[in-house]
Amino acid sequence: MSASTSPALDGQVRVRVRKCFQGPSSSSLSLDVSFAVFAGFTILFGASGAGKTTLLDCIAGLQTPDEGQIAIGETVLFDSQSRRNLSPSRRSVGYLLQSLALFPHMTVQQNVQYGLAALDKSERAARSLQTMESFRIASMAQRRPSEISGGERQRVALARALVTRPRVLLLDEPLTALDAVTKSRIVDDLRAWNTMCRIPILYVTHDREDVSALGENVIVLEAGRVVAQGPPHDVLNRPQSETVAQLAGFENIFECSAIGAHPEQGTMTCRIAGSALDIEVPLVRVNASLPLRVGIRAGDILVASAAPRGLSARNVLAGTITSLQQRGVTVIAKVDCGAEFEVHLTPGARQSLQLEPGSQVWLVVKTYSCHVLQNSG
Amino acid sequence: MIEALTLTLRLAVIVSAILLALGLPLAYWLTFSRQRWKFFVEAIVSLPIVLPPTVLGFYVLVAIGPLSPFGRWYQALTGHSLAFTFDGLVVGSVLYSLPFAVQPMAASFSSIDRKLLDASALLGASGWRTFWRIVLPLGLPGVFTGFVLSFAHTLGEFGVVLMIGGNIPGATQTVSILIYDQVQSLDYATANRTALLLLVLCFTLLTVLYGLRRSSGWNVWEWK
Repeated sequence: MSASTSPALDGQVRVRVRKCFQGPSSSSLSLDVSFAVFAGFTILFGASGAGKTTLLDCIAGLQTPDEGQIAIGETVLFDSQSRRNLSPSRRSVGYLLQSLALFPHMTVQQNVQYGLAALDKSERAARSLQTMESFRIASMAQRRPSEISGGERQRVALARALVTRPRVLLLDEPLTALDAVTKSRIVDDLRAWNTMCRIPILYVTHDREDVSALGENVIVLEAGRVVAQGPPHDVLNRPQSETVAQLAGFENIFECSAIGAHPEQGTMTCRIAGSALDIEVPLVRVNASLPLRVGIRAGDILVASAAPRGLSARNVLAGTITSLQQRGVTVIAKVDCGAEFEVHLTPGARQSLQLEPGSQVWLVVKTYSCHVLQNSG
Repeated sequence: MIEALTLTLRLAVIVSAILLALGLPLAYWLTFSRQRWKFFVEAIVSLPIVLPPTVLGFYVLVAIGPLSPFGRWYQALTGHSLAFTFDGLVVGSVLYSLPFAVQPMAASFSSIDRKLLDASALLGASGWRTFWRIVLPLGLPGVFTGFVLSFAHTLGEFGVVLMIGGNIPGATQTVSILIYDQVQSLDYATANRTALLLLVLCFTLLTVLYGLRRSSGWNVWEWK
């Protein structure tokens, strides 16, 4: 690795970690990942129990990997081979814990200054004031964490972590409890701060809206493994695993079995488990021993009120509407075609087609709107 | 009676001060250590709660007596034996009141959110700084309780003092021994006054302790 010669790679975080950890329902899982994170936002996405927090804890030094190496630029934080393991206090890792862990007996200012013990008094005051101003909490410097709002606490925790100028910032689902407006304001301030300082920010979330909103880069974690990595656009448009599919907004995910391949047409036929419904999907190499899933976005499905003819789409499925529900400007229709599909429509479409629960409809799905997913193991 | 009272108070002050210095690191270790044999130390610390004071007193007497290596070493160093002296009482009382200091401290340390300690370390703080700035301030109610309880417990102890110190006025005769002495000589009136003094003293201490814990906002730091 030529990290020393390239200034762009100077602050990159390289992580190779193997560790057994306690998954949900106290099953034992193993984390086995290897990736690099560069300056800017990287989203670490995964369902709960995928090992996201364990991974952050390993980078911060709160947990010790069974094996691997963790480095920021030239500095090795952990190396199982040379038995190097820096204590958390010497890693310069800013870590926003999910619970924030503000010190309840200290004021906002004392919290922010806590990590600046090495500086002299005037410098400490100047630096903390500057950071508190960047995160708009200078006006509440003398209040205690119990006396400020949830969003303000998030800001204090951010300021406290960043005032020490860490070389990497880890955020463990810090903003999940906040309303959208508060959240986007905090994110704006964090973004503004990061255009100045440019450090790697590893942002853990299981909220897929965060991914497209924040990520310059996304790493998808599933049961301890990295199943996809890259710019959000690329990852979301070629989903291969179920976690990515949920992330990409696949409201319809069906267990399937491949029953026939048509290499000359570039398609194969899949039967949806528990039904007699066959759909045509793109031909991909699949491992027959693993379960196969097909994901379809609810917005990619067309609805016709009469049997359509002369279509290029290969999948035309007859069914009955079981429920219609309006949420904002989207009408969510559940359609029973032998398997239940979720379809998103506009309220206008619902009106012009006069759709009601019980209406007979035909769903039209292009072959290339069917995404074949396979779990990595 | 004044002589016995000042001796008792002197003993209680010295013992609770030693227990504060000894109890803090011990409680900290018991709370946060991941040593496997921690349970063993926990059992030893709690032993004086269940052990008859005479048993504890007997073993301490043997241990500090001129026949044990420790007793001989102490005698060679100071020229006198620990047994039946005020210093001997201090040693015995420290052991006897140890759980009353350590347990409240450990209980309040263990109620501190571990994430706060992680956060402190992540901000570059040493274990020492984390103790002084986070653990001690947040565990203060328990530390205070441990201090007052060990003080009050030392005021009232009897069996251990009798075993180790005997009953020497001015040297080892505490108020509780004095009461016993007065009852033995059938002087009930004086015994009543002495007993009442100790009762009022201990009751006042505990009232102040619980009153403080209740009113003075020990819990203002908690929020959810």
